[in-house]
Amino acid sequence: MVVRALTGWGRTAPSTARVLTNPTHESIQRAVRAAGERGVIARGLGRSYGDPAQNAGGLVIDMTGLARIHSLDASTGLATVDAGVSLDALMRAALPLGLWVPVLPGTRQVTVGGAIAADIHGKNHHSAGTFGNHVRSLDLVVADGSIITLTPSDELFWATVGGMGLTGIIISATIALTPVESAYFVVDTDRTTNLDELMALLTDGSDDDYDYSAAWFDAMSTGAKLGRAVLTRGSIARADQLPPKLRRNPLAFDAPQLFTAPKALPNGLANKATFMALSEAWYRKAPKSRRGEIQNLTSFYHPLDMIGEWNRAYGPRGFLQYQFVVPFGAEDTFRRIVEQIARSGHVSFLNVLKRFGEASPAPLSFPHPGWTITVDLPIRRGLAEFCDRLDLQVLDAGGRLYLAKESRTSPAALHRMYPRIDEWRKLRATADPAGVFASDLSRRLEL
Amino acid sequence: MIDAVGNPQSLLLLGGTSEIALATAARYAARRPLRVVLAGRPSPRLDKAAARLDRLGATVTPLPFDAADTDTHPATIEKAFADGDIDLTLVAFGLLGDQEKAWTDHAAAVELAQVNYVGAVSVGVLLADALKRQGHGTLVALSSAAAERPRRSNFCYGSTKAGLDSFYTGLTEALRPSGIKVCVIRPGFVHTKMTAGMKPAPLSVTPEQVAEVIMDAVAQNREQAWAPSPLRYIMSALRHVPRPIFRRLPI
Repeated sequence: MVVRALTGWGRTAPSTARVLTNPTHESIQRAVRAAGERGVIARGLGRSYGDPAQNAGGLVIDMTGLARIHSLDASTGLATVDAGVSLDALMRAALPLGLWVPVLPGTRQVTVGGAIAADIHGKNHHSAGTFGNHVRSLDLVVADGSIITLTPSDELFWATVGGMGLTGIIISATIALTPVESAYFVVDTDRTTNLDELMALLTDGSDDDYDYSAAWFDAMSTGAKLGRAVLTRGSIARADQLPPKLRRNPLAFDAPQLFTAPKALPNGLANKATFMALSEAWYRKAPKSRRGEIQNLTSFYHPLDMIGEWNRAYGPRGFLQYQFVVPFGAEDTFRRIVEQIARSGHVSFLNVLKRFGEASPAPLSFPHPGWTITVDLPIRRGLAEFCDRLDLQVLDAGGRLYLAKESRTSPAALHRMYPRIDEWRKLRATADPAGVFASDLSRRLEL
Repeated sequence: MIDAVGNPQSLLLLGGTSEIALATAARYAARRPLRVVLAGRPSPRLDKAAARLDRLGATVTPLPFDAADTDTHPATIEKAFADGDIDLTLVAFGLLGDQEKAWTDHAAAVELAQVNYVGAVSVGVLLADALKRQGHGTLVALSSAAAERPRRSNFCYGSTKAGLDSFYTGLTEALRPSGIKVCVIRPGFVHTKMTAGMKPAPLSVTPEQVAEVIMDAVAQNREQAWAPSPLRYIMSALRHVPRPIFRRLPI
């Protein structure tokens, strides 16, 4: 047990907790029974941007030490793994069997437990739903320290999916993987000159031809260039679609890491000049239109995984990620928000826009049919007020923020964004009446 | 919890009638639901302060607190944390006193030192312990530009603030490994009841302006801030002015 200051990926709002490392089932059960008044929460690889995997003054269980892959069955496609297994490790183990992790977020450096707790989504949300949709069962250490097995027929299963770790400690899960013939994507790229053009392209029906679809957009340029974007859409390649060279080993895992960002980078590297230049270059390097290009996982899906610890580029003050979804029909609000971000003087380079598909049955699951965007904003003066103004518009449009990214909204706003929150709280209160499971997030947002 | 952009959910104001502390609380209350523990000597002024914050929508708990009576501090600080976490604490009590009396009248000098320095150290030690146990929190101590270099006109007050300043600057380092943040604020001349009738020094500020500086420092994780910020450079220059010249300066 060590005492450590922890933050999320955004490196804001640190807090200190006792951390239990290399846990076993027994040590987790013991820790939950002896949790004390400040409670306990599980932590994975720390990729949530805010504070869900922190527990000030309490206990945090570092789940990355519980990381065995118990079984991988090529015939059923089922993988039974410890909660601390990363999606990267799972992918490396599953690919040789022709199996694919069905939902991947923007990084593979997340654990299975975290993926369930945040009910993560990927570029294929419109075709595959969220991570929770592919979980067949999970083992949970509940408030009295016992281990229970939950399946999608249990209400507590769906309260745990997207439940931010507040129903218990997920220790293992069985995931249904997707059979694939290759680890490559057949990709179509379209560069659009503005936001309207992009949204037209995403709603003309063509999106349904692709399993994966997301756009990078320019959140710096205003006027005629507002929301100009590079839309990349694709599906996993069949072996016969690959060029002969790749066909020899179609399931090879091809995801290099180039370098790790140095530890001490100053504040202010992320500024208007550098981000304007980056955005311009990113936009220019994309082809106007290209069809059927074969790309590996890194170039199509995880360009950021090429740089280790890239969050350091924002300096010690850190940054936040603002991700919201507004329903279809709220396009005007959506456009207005993009415009406000571009005009705000707050700078963001890593911007993703996506059309979401159907929602998951989980009460706290984030994705809902509609439009979502994600922007990374370095912490600086005026950001608090700016984000509060965006919250109001998101709320008015019937939209919501993503808890895995959230680090600053008000409890009242969050509760209004999730109309099923009372249903979730009731389930949680039944499972954990004494509030054994607690995090900085649960205290901050009064969950 | 203090969020990523510096919004706290709860405040402890030590020196509950401090105009700077109240201006800060009022501003925070305008942003988020806020719980305020208002610690000060029971008085109509304290009641008025509580009523004002209450009108602004804050949940206020008054707490009897005498900065000079350090024996009562352990129980008082424990009570301050009894209703839940304290995200942000402002050490905002202090006396200004009559500056000539302060170095010629024994009782006045001792009282000034007792309240401004001994009292501040006393709560500082207790707060450090409470915040470490809680695992998070920010501590803001109100120092003064007078702490930077003693002047003939107010050296007794300045010496107490210099002591406070050194203590909380050191505490900043001592609490770093625990993730607890400490920030020392150095305002110049502030227009308050305490300074009413005095001739304002150049670059004077209002309590509201100091509150802005405090909120900005908390949001940006600063360990020291001046109010107004250019004062930092002026005081830095003044520090190096030779004594024969310094004593002739009209400050």
